[in-house]
Amino acid sequence: MSQSSLLVFIAVCAVATFATRIIPFVALARHADHPLILHLGRYLPPTVMLILVIYALRDFRPLLDGQFNTGATGWPMMAASLIVAVLHLWRRNALLSIIGGTGAYMAMVQSTIT
Amino acid sequence: MSLPRAWKEAGTLTLPVMFGYLPLGAAYGILAVEVGMPWWAALLMSLIIYAGAGQFLAVALLAAGAGLMELAVATLMLNSRHLFYGLSLLKRFQGAGWRKPYLIFALTDETYSLITTLPTEHGNDHGLAFRVSLLNQVWWVLGTIAGVLAGTTLAFNSQGIEFALTALFIVLTLEQARRLRRWLPFAIALGTGLGGVLLLPDRHLLLGAIGAASLILLFHYRLGRDREATP
Repeated sequence: MSQSSLLVFIAVCAVATFATRIIPFVALARHADHPLILHLGRYLPPTVMLILVIYALRDFRPLLDGQFNTGATGWPMMAASLIVAVLHLWRRNALLSIIGGTGAYMAMVQSTIT
Repeated sequence: MSLPRAWKEAGTLTLPVMFGYLPLGAAYGILAVEVGMPWWAALLMSLIIYAGAGQFLAVALLAAGAGLMELAVATLMLNSRHLFYGLSLLKRFQGAGWRKPYLIFALTDETYSLITTLPTEHGNDHGLAFRVSLLNQVWWVLGTIAGVLAGTTLAFNSQGIEFALTALFIVLTLEQARRLRRWLPFAIALGTGLGGVLLLPDRHLLLGAIGAASLILLFHYRLGRDREATP
């Protein structure tokens, strides 16, 4: 692939990505105070956050194909998530919860595979 | 607040994203070089596209020799969840001035999550939102550089470190629940999220779940208005 066609390829991808980010701001600029927009501004972030959690944990499917069956990282993922939640409810220190959970997860997956 | 302290504060907030973006950025860099992209092109993508899953997709499409139209459509589809992010930030970004274009450009899943969960005393602190957004991209670009330079010889056993992003989303969900004290958004997320996992293929999962959740919130809003309208 030539340099110029590679640049065009990257430019198309950049424009398409930026478009998805900027369209609401351009299309609805005058409606920022509309009660529906405020409603979404209040309720959408927590909704999206939990959906992102579910998405991140999607590989954990213990009953896939009707039998007990999870990937190598399935149980460590759930155990580490529980550690994060418990640590956070206990100490409410975001960094501690994240480092504690991630450390535990790394220890678990690295020891099961090697 | 002095400038160094302000950046330090933002740095602490983005630390969990750093743990996720450095290894993921490196993974992207390694992949890009492996499929034969020159290092500068891999880096340019992290600078001007800046979308995790989007860049992995672009590299895959490039390697497969996909056309520009295919690339544009696939990118729009994959990233269309950002439409909903913008909807809920219209008010938040109002008055951000010269920072606004960058705030919009740099709106990844992780940056959106951090900005919408900032402590309330920062209500509309555009400076902080800007510093958080910029630092997140710095982590992503540094990861990319490490990936294209080190290639597959990266020695540190970092397997599993990307769990930091999952942990970040869990912590932010708990913080959001603490602040809002309403069960509704979490019930909607459970329904649409689990429904998506069961019914949709991976690549449509996020868009499907977030789109469905936005629709339900729209109905919820109309229901509330109808109730107000009837005496």
